[in-house]
Amino acid sequence: MNKQSAIRESLVSRTAAMGLMFVLAIYFLLPIYFLIVAATKAQGDLASTFGLAFANFNLFENLDTLFGRSDGIFAQWALNSVIYSVLGAAVGTLICAVCGYALAKFRFRGREFLFSVILGGILVPSTALALPLFLLFSATGLVNTYLAVFLPSIVSPFGVYLARVFTNAAVPDELLESARLDGAGEFRTFFSVAFKLLTPSLVTIFLFQFVSIWNNFFLPMVMLQNESLFPITLGLYQWNGQTARISLLQQSVITGSLVSIVPLIIVFILLQRYWRTGLAAGSLK
Amino acid sequence: MTDIATSATRVAAVPGGRRRRLNGGGPRAGTIAAFLTPFFLPFFLFHLVPVAYAFWQSLLVVRREGGQYGTSYTTFGGFEQYLLVVQNTEFWGSIGRIGLFGVVQVPVMLFVALIMALLLDSPLLKLKSFFRITAFMPYAVPGVIAAIMWSFLYSPQLSPVVDLLNGIGVEADFLGPNAVLWSAANVSTWLWTGYNMLIMFSSLQAIPQELYEAARIDGASNWAIAWRIKVPIIAPSVILTTVFSIIGTLQLYGEPAVLRQISSNISSTYTPNMLAYAVASGNNYQQAAAISVVIAVITFVLSFGFMRLTSKRAGL
Repeated sequence: MNKQSAIRESLVSRTAAMGLMFVLAIYFLLPIYFLIVAATKAQGDLASTFGLAFANFNLFENLDTLFGRSDGIFAQWALNSVIYSVLGAAVGTLICAVCGYALAKFRFRGREFLFSVILGGILVPSTALALPLFLLFSATGLVNTYLAVFLPSIVSPFGVYLARVFTNAAVPDELLESARLDGAGEFRTFFSVAFKLLTPSLVTIFLFQFVSIWNNFFLPMVMLQNESLFPITLGLYQWNGQTARISLLQQSVITGSLVSIVPLIIVFILLQRYWRTGLAAGSLK
Repeated sequence: MTDIATSATRVAAVPGGRRRRLNGGGPRAGTIAAFLTPFFLPFFLFHLVPVAYAFWQSLLVVRREGGQYGTSYTTFGGFEQYLLVVQNTEFWGSIGRIGLFGVVQVPVMLFVALIMALLLDSPLLKLKSFFRITAFMPYAVPGVIAAIMWSFLYSPQLSPVVDLLNGIGVEADFLGPNAVLWSAANVSTWLWTGYNMLIMFSSLQAIPQELYEAARIDGASNWAIAWRIKVPIIAPSVILTTVFSIIGTLQLYGEPAVLRQISSNISSTYTPNMLAYAVASGNNYQQAAAISVVIAVITFVLSFGFMRLTSKRAGL
């Protein structure tokens, strides 16, 4: 192959690669762009104007309507989503970290057995647990309470797996040994030495759990009847099912969808590097 | 080396607590339990107990005494519920639908993800972080919200896509009886391609560059390096994403449930999980539990089977 044709080939591949990636980028952005455009339109303009072009700017009125519906139920849903996912992920990350640390650093009989039970737990999807949990919780009167969604959400076997991998990678035995020689108990050693070294990894675990709780739909749908306990996903799903009867609700579903994804997308872009650490660790075997 | 060996023999000779200490830290059993319990107690209560309870429920049947309006009582029925599941045509319908969905959607999605990961890892592209972020962004969108967004793009009244296609003379019906399954598949593809791409991309980034040097000197093209060196090395990641995708497909609920709100072509028993929920809503908990157990078993068999098969093929 002479030099000139090699250059031509690489120019062709470059153009083809960029072209393909642009088409895919448009595909990934299209629904979000559509949602942004639609959220700025009045209900009447939704069907009568072209979906990808802006019409009369009506976003603030739409937001007003959205938050005013049923005595501000949307704000309540948003608050619930934040409670379930921030609190659930915080508690979940802490117990995952403590457990993963112990599985990484303590030697005891049954350790590998416990770890393989956790690995098995990763393969059991949370959707499969929702119906049996409903049966159990209805026997104990927990159905239709905050706890019914919160308690199962704090358990993340994948988080323990990550915590163990990260502890092995980031916490050297010598540091723990010297803390112990200084007379620190195991809990002091964990919180004063290991916790600091693990902080970036804990952010990763927190993010994964946060997103999985935020996106959860089946569990709250099975557990909750009381609207005021709904997370955003369930609330918008319910509204979406009523648009055939109450057509004005459509605009609120659109604006509500936009409001619910914007904070998450911002958090995502800001905290990008933590995702990559987690996904890299997840693919190690 | 000798150091470790001698200290190991010395440690072995010392009885009791000192040995544990030198062995790399061995706290008392109570302390270990205190570290493990905060996770294992809820894990036991909210993961293991429900699985056992569902299995127990699936072995029960409700019988009636004294005809249709007589009193009902629950009793042990062995595998009776499972027999009903196997005989249920709606169940096999949902499995068939989801099987077709998975056989097409999973390979398409993972192939696109792999191509994107390889391109992002190659010297061919500019604007790499832009492409990476846009592909990963859908992962921030809850499945239900994604389905709501796409359902506007499918809707004949609102969709700019339908408008554009009509403009060039193509009659598009995304919600028709045959199309709606692929419209649901598209929502899953949109949601998960970037996530899978990032898993593959992360393992590509972990490959040391020196591995390519020899191939380059031998005159291998970028394509040859990608397919002959990179893909085999990241095969475990590709297998992992496949297993996650199989599990996800069998669990489908939210996305088809949203599309059901705008299309009459999705029944209430469209996917196995929708069927289980519909049966449970009819208060037939034992039958619903049996369906859940069967779904879980199929999931396990498929994901383990796939891992076994591929690791044997790859000679791992």
